[in-house]
Amino acid sequence: MLRGYAILLYLFLYGPIALIVVFSFNSGLSAADFQGFSLKWYAKVATNELMLSALRTSAIVAFSSAALATIMGTMAALALQRVTGALRAVFDALIYVAIMVPGIVIGIATLIALVTTFDAANALLAQIWPGEVAPKLSMGYGSIIAAHTLFSMALVVVIVRARIAGMDRSLIEASMDLYADPWGTFRQVTLPQLMPAILAGFLLCFTFSFDDFVIAFFVAGPLNTLPIYVFSSIRRGVTPEINAIGTAVMMFSLILLFGAQILLRRRQAPAR
Amino acid sequence: MSAGAAIVAERKLSGRWLTALLLAPSAIWFLVLLILPLVVVIVYSVGVRAPAGGYQAAFTFDNYLNLPARWAAFRNTLTLAPMGTLICLLAGYPLAYFLAVKASAKWRTTLLILVIVPFWTSFLIRTYAWIFILGGRGIPAILESLGIEGVRLINTPFAVMCGIVYAYLPLMVFPIYVSLEKLDKRLLEASEDLGASPWASFRQITLPLSAPGIITGCMLVFILLMGEYLIPQMLGGGKVFFIGNALVDLFLQSLNWPFGSACAMALVVIMFITVTLYLRATSATGGRRDASLI
Repeated sequence: MLRGYAILLYLFLYGPIALIVVFSFNSGLSAADFQGFSLKWYAKVATNELMLSALRTSAIVAFSSAALATIMGTMAALALQRVTGALRAVFDALIYVAIMVPGIVIGIATLIALVTTFDAANALLAQIWPGEVAPKLSMGYGSIIAAHTLFSMALVVVIVRARIAGMDRSLIEASMDLYADPWGTFRQVTLPQLMPAILAGFLLCFTFSFDDFVIAFFVAGPLNTLPIYVFSSIRRGVTPEINAIGTAVMMFSLILLFGAQILLRRRQAPAR
Repeated sequence: MSAGAAIVAERKLSGRWLTALLLAPSAIWFLVLLILPLVVVIVYSVGVRAPAGGYQAAFTFDNYLNLPARWAAFRNTLTLAPMGTLICLLAGYPLAYFLAVKASAKWRTTLLILVIVPFWTSFLIRTYAWIFILGGRGIPAILESLGIEGVRLINTPFAVMCGIVYAYLPLMVFPIYVSLEKLDKRLLEASEDLGASPWASFRQITLPLSAPGIITGCMLVFILLMGEYLIPQMLGGGKVFFIGNALVDLFLQSLNWPFGSACAMALVVIMFITVTLYLRATSATGGRRDASLI
């Protein structure tokens, strides 16, 4: 009985996805009935300049924010194991708040804070700028990357800290006993042990950023990320082209996911 | 001071500098992109709307007193988010149990990956799939060809619930699976040997020991549901809306930043209170806190 239930749930999980994939190959215009196999929607997507530029934007944002978050988050996680007392409590609280506050509130708060700051800064710049036209601060890559980095960084701290907690201390002590300097110990003992967690953190952050709609929606300014583009296309109406984009995006995530798995397995193998 | 003590002192000092250096970037980030924005929201929430939209400095609690004007959004969120969490739990627990206890070792990993994969594919596209299924040309069209007319599924609470369960089920199954997998099977055998019925064993051993997973799963799903925007937007069509939808409307359409800020504050406060109470209650009744959020 349990097995039958499990099969039903898998159908529930994969039915809608399968539907999207099947209808992305529909030659007809109608999203409702299948009229024959065709790749024409994919051809249309491949030449859709707006979509391609949104994809590029998303890739740049996801890569930059994931890289920043991974570096800063790992640094913080390493430092936090040496810190006790009030400072540690403050950081714990900050991480808790960053993860708990809904994305939509983060998006809104960042929007109004940045708009207010930019307005003040631009007024000041216009006054003190020696040239003709003063540069203007505005929403764009900087604001999305910064906002995505915040949540991602908190995530990395949590993941890397868990790994540090489960790390084999005796290896570090052995390395010290063998007269390795602290930096050598870090590079040759600590870092390799943390690597799987750091990589997993990076991929999580990349996926989060690549898939995020709600924060980007507020702080992207004139930029279109892929989720923003897809959202506005859906609003204009359901077309087979969206199915093709959806299928392509899902394939991309799958490749990323399995790539991460393979990478993690290989990295982990010698450590075990 | 002896030379040895001096070296130790110097090490300690450089250690402090290193710690400060390592913490500085994240501290700045938290300060500028979390604390400052949240402070701005608090300040704006006691301001008034500027005539042209936006914010004008003031000190008034009118925005908070006005919150009942958006009562429908709060009511929907506070009923549908706990309901969605409960349905995910009821639907997900048997699957997690099947994967951890009944599934053959050969298939377990594959089946588990199959649960997680949808979670990693585009949230937007997965929700869009339900527009496709429940929309006019989906199930209603099929029903019509069977002679059942006038069925409308999209833009109803039912559609929103479909989207919610579909989106968050994997997030519930995974932590429960993790806690069930750690369960010592010998306890179940012992219980059986001592004459307990399968149901008694489940209730007295399996269920309490999987409590950390249940707590983690419920917390994750609940937190994300409270701030949900996309699912009600796409599947509720403006008829079933959450606080998130009210926020977008207030900030981007009516440009009433102060009132929007008050709504955002209310959402955050409600969330912190419920989650804290929930954690308290569950740790008091024996659920362990070792179920970390991630």
